[in-house]
Amino acid sequence: MPTLQEMAKKKAAFSSGHRLCAGCPVPIFTKMLTQVTDFDLVLGSATGCLEVASSIFPYSAWNVPWIHTAFENVAATMSGVEAMYRVLKKEGRTDKRLKFVAMGGDGGTYDIGIQSLSAAMERGHDLLYICYDNGAYMNTGIQRSGATPLGAATTTTPVGEVTAGKQQQRKDLTKIMVAHHMRYVAQASIHNPIDLSNKIKKGIELDGPAFLNVLCPCIPGWRIAPDMAVESARCGVETCFWPLYEVEDGKYKVNYRPKQKIPITDWLFSQGRFTHLKNPRFAGLLEGFQRQVDEEWTWLLDQEKAAT
Amino acid sequence: MAEAMRQINPDVVAAFPITPSTQVIEDFATFVADGKVKTELITVESEHSAMSACIGASAAGGRVMTATSANGLALMWEMLYIAASMRQPILMTVVNRALSAPINIHCDHGDSMGARDAGWIQIYAENNQEAYDNMVMAPVIAEHRDVRLPVMVCLDGFIISHSIETMELEEDQAVRDFIGPYRGLHSLLDTDRPVTWGALDLHDYYIEHKRGQQAAIESAKSVIESVSDRFYRTFGRKYELFESYRIEDAERVMVAINSVAGEIKEVVDALRDAGEKVGLLKIRLFRPFPYAQIAAALRGAKVVTVLDRSTSMGAYGPLFGEIRTALYDAEPRPLVYNRTFGLGGRELFPDDIQELFAESRRYLQNGKVEKIFDFLNVRGD
Repeated sequence: MPTLQEMAKKKAAFSSGHRLCAGCPVPIFTKMLTQVTDFDLVLGSATGCLEVASSIFPYSAWNVPWIHTAFENVAATMSGVEAMYRVLKKEGRTDKRLKFVAMGGDGGTYDIGIQSLSAAMERGHDLLYICYDNGAYMNTGIQRSGATPLGAATTTTPVGEVTAGKQQQRKDLTKIMVAHHMRYVAQASIHNPIDLSNKIKKGIELDGPAFLNVLCPCIPGWRIAPDMAVESARCGVETCFWPLYEVEDGKYKVNYRPKQKIPITDWLFSQGRFTHLKNPRFAGLLEGFQRQVDEEWTWLLDQEKAAT
Repeated sequence: MAEAMRQINPDVVAAFPITPSTQVIEDFATFVADGKVKTELITVESEHSAMSACIGASAAGGRVMTATSANGLALMWEMLYIAASMRQPILMTVVNRALSAPINIHCDHGDSMGARDAGWIQIYAENNQEAYDNMVMAPVIAEHRDVRLPVMVCLDGFIISHSIETMELEEDQAVRDFIGPYRGLHSLLDTDRPVTWGALDLHDYYIEHKRGQQAAIESAKSVIESVSDRFYRTFGRKYELFESYRIEDAERVMVAINSVAGEIKEVVDALRDAGEKVGLLKIRLFRPFPYAQIAAALRGAKVVTVLDRSTSMGAYGPLFGEIRTALYDAEPRPLVYNRTFGLGGRELFPDDIQELFAESRRYLQNGKVEKIFDFLNVRGD
């Protein structure tokens, strides 16, 4: 595994000049893609922040081949790209060692794109899918998604007189992907570059499908200061809301255990989208939120125990 | 169609089953399983993903094919536009079937007509021979440097797709020589020359790109003429942008698409024997639409009956709109009217066509159209 210093010497797949928001942490992982591996990469993006901000014609932030076609289908699009590579290999028309990476936000992955993602992984393409989960449809202006946490205010789950924030829990897409019996499924966070780059490298280099879910705070969506993305992600991991773990050939491994698990409210109350929950009438909701985080963390540790 | 696909031997096929196009892919899957083609077959979970995977494979430089019908084509709708706008020469068999609701598996043209603005070249076929021939020509048209657009080869569901006809299949090698090898431009797999496919294109460039796309599809007309000519010289079957059947001196002409043309030809022959000056103009190329050529072919016609096997709810039929537009500048301008038939597989019999010609004779005698638009063979009023 290359050190961060070695990685920094390699050319990044993603160049400066892109139009992501100030403080957006998405480039942390897009830059790593080519830096972690010696394979040549072909990338694809679902419609979303990363796609629109990286490819405003006639400019492109991508130094490697990259394709975008639509919102719900990056996994299907990349299936076609990867299949064509297999044809070239089979016929001896290329001596390149190519790997394929699809990227989408939680909208393009948890929701509108889950069908094509599920099928591409089930078919077993040699493809790493990276979801950058910022917990809402941020590109269209912060609407709730299946990944939006309970209670979060978005433009479609506003804080009103009768309801306040999202009324439902988020779905656990990482577990859904584990159920696909694929080679590699992992959760990572943009605040931990060692763990993140290890997982990207593993997902890229193994033969077969891999899925990586990356916690990726959104400055305007989470209503945090532009210099707070990394800190906010770290806090999410320290609460165990977003555990760092991987499932390799069905075996769970927890990659990081907080020394002192901090309360979920530390994370929630540091973000503008949850500040309404400080009102005492939401005490029950917060208790339930904490209980669920605790239960899922315990469940995860049990899975790891069962695997060893 | 599966045989044509086997002979074309595409790099990638991505498809999802839907009646009545299912068998095309089933038969092709046996060719893959038996190693008769080199193709990577991607058995996707939906037609949306079928077209998405086709676009990916095409952008990766491959010759790519699929097949679908009706709701499957409708589910592809978003990706049809993207395939054409990214200038991907994808080849697709469309076995025409009625769209839901109500769900129906039989033939009409509502599916492909609904896709007529998507930027695909659309070629229609009266019978299996023509469908096969169109598919053999399709890659040469689609991949031509001036065109680089996807092609739909359309044929009637069940009426043609599930009928047994005598036809000539050409030798594999002859077909492969005719279509030649293909290497897509700007392949995603060329990591030495990285390209960005599918960029965001705002008001400062979008309309120029659309104008370029329009020029490309317009240029397909002359490309199709030259490919058809080469096909004729190679295989001996002659095709033009549309088929003119006994229209040289015809006063009354019917215009129709696909299998019904066979029936109309029989009725035309019978009426010609009885001394009536009638004829048929059978559409082959619907996109791009050959307005000028059709206007020239219909010069002298006095009454033109346009048969649409689909509806554009709240408007006249899609073929009618094109034919009337083509004839607007004709002098003298013929009477032109529209009949909708065959939705959801409803039969149109030779007697019905006889009646239609009797109606057009009445219109010719009276010098006016009584009913510009109507449904044929429906119960009640």
